[in-house]
Amino acid sequence: MGVVALFVFSLLYLAPGDPAAIIAGDIATVDDIARIRAVLGLDEPFHIRFGTWLWSILHGDLGSSIFSNLPVSTLIGQRVEATVSLAATTLVFAVLVAVPMGVVAAWKAGSLIDRAVMVFAVFGFSVPVFVLGYLLIFGFSISLDWLPVQGFVSITEGFWPFLRQLVLPTIALGTVYIALIARMTRAAMLDVLAQDYIRTADAKGLRTDRVLVGHALRNAAVPIVTVIGIGVALLIGGVVVTESVFAIPGLGRMTVDAILRRDYPVIQGVILMFSFVYVVINLLVDLSYTLFDPRIRY
Amino acid sequence: MALTVVSPTPPEAIKVRRRPWWVRNITIIAGGALLLAALLMALLAPWLGTIDPTALSPIRRLRPPSDQFWFGTDQLGRDLYSRVIYGARASLLVGAAVAAFAVAAGLFFGLVSGFNRWVDAVLMRVMDGLMSIPSVLLAVALMALTKASLGNVIVAIAVAEVPRVTRLVRSVVLGLREQPFVEAAVASGTSAPRILVRHILPNTIAPLLVQATYICASAIITEAILSFIGAGLPPSIPTWGNIIAEGRAVFQIRPQLILIPAAFLSATVLAINLLGDGLRDALDPRLARQM
Repeated sequence: MGVVALFVFSLLYLAPGDPAAIIAGDIATVDDIARIRAVLGLDEPFHIRFGTWLWSILHGDLGSSIFSNLPVSTLIGQRVEATVSLAATTLVFAVLVAVPMGVVAAWKAGSLIDRAVMVFAVFGFSVPVFVLGYLLIFGFSISLDWLPVQGFVSITEGFWPFLRQLVLPTIALGTVYIALIARMTRAAMLDVLAQDYIRTADAKGLRTDRVLVGHALRNAAVPIVTVIGIGVALLIGGVVVTESVFAIPGLGRMTVDAILRRDYPVIQGVILMFSFVYVVINLLVDLSYTLFDPRIRY
Repeated sequence: MALTVVSPTPPEAIKVRRRPWWVRNITIIAGGALLLAALLMALLAPWLGTIDPTALSPIRRLRPPSDQFWFGTDQLGRDLYSRVIYGARASLLVGAAVAAFAVAAGLFFGLVSGFNRWVDAVLMRVMDGLMSIPSVLLAVALMALTKASLGNVIVAIAVAEVPRVTRLVRSVVLGLREQPFVEAAVASGTSAPRILVRHILPNTIAPLLVQATYICASAIITEAILSFIGAGLPPSIPTWGNIIAEGRAVFQIRPQLILIPAAFLSATVLAINLLGDGLRDALDPRLARQM
């Protein structure tokens, strides 16, 4: 996280353009700019500025947007609902689809189902999120007119309208994630299914579903959970794109807008926050290992 | 991107019949053929019946596909067919350059950190930090710093891939370091650089080749994403991402402005992924699984 903070700060430090000159405006003199720079502490050397910046971050102050002058934390707060909703539905959807897919593929290894799952996985990796998004919009919204084209409805306005808006973005964003998890599930399950205790469980007449879920899946859980955690990076990258395609007012859109306007404090804040979320999720994943494998202790 | 999940060889329980070579290597053949087609398309773009992909023509805006304009025209009257064909150049160039850059840098860092404990400790913390920033965001952040150009896009995407290659190379080196043939080389007084180049390097080639194809595929997607959100190549260069981004405004009346470049983009990435899967299975599968 320290490296991330340093990197993100360097981003602002190295950013082209002088914030003092921008704030001062067109009619400012050189003296004015120097004064503003001193007030903002911009004339301090790198390490001191980094120190003050880090200090304020740790106090929850991410700075203010160059354009709207609103604190970045407020801006993030306004947009966080849509992004969290999309990420959460995608996560649930992807895990619910991918894990059974992977389990069945491994169980029937070499069969048509297995082939189909693997082919789907390759396609899932190959079709970019926004391509899938537009295909879905074209198919289900424009041609069939079943689902709304774009936008976002808050969950406070009712659960069904909320879900209806999220169906297409969730599928678009979830596909690559499903491909990733299904492949890992299949690989992990194949390893476990070759073990002796699986044959024992089978031989003593245990029902197939009990063997698959109770014995095999439980032992294959650690790599699967790991890849779910790593895949969150895909999810975060995909959110930025999906929100643009479906015009969802979330953090991803905010990032894109900030990039187009070169609003560095906002870009910084969002990247810092996403990276933090990513690190925390992977920490939770590491901690969850003890749930699946009692041999692992911390 | 963390797309390097690898399926294992089938367990012994499943008997696989020995099939003819072209059936066993069907993914390499299919992927290779598709990729070759994309490469030829990029190289021969001026001779494939294309016109200037940036030529504006206000009088023929948003034409549907016709004999003259196979895929129709966009809102500035540019020929979509020509733009899509020329778009292959940017995508393939970015993919190949990112793969080459990331593999070269990752190979260097990985070899060094695999053989020097101090460098390893520092380097791996830096790489962990870089890896904790989702790769698309990292590229976006780097692009926000610099101006849109081909070189900058390549570097921005490659930086995110370097840590993964470094880790792969490092894990191979750490495994090989304990091998008898390396110990023998050390015992006979071979210098460390020579051991790295003569004994370690050749063993990293197979997994790196596989890794390079995956990086190439994900780089092409990332480039398209960057162009799509306006942080990639300048709009003056026809790339698949740029064409799709520009087609957004008129998607509802002319969906082919998005769907056609999208199809080319997906097919190219699919080809490279197939090639990568095939190579992984054909080359030593155990080494590739270490990622």
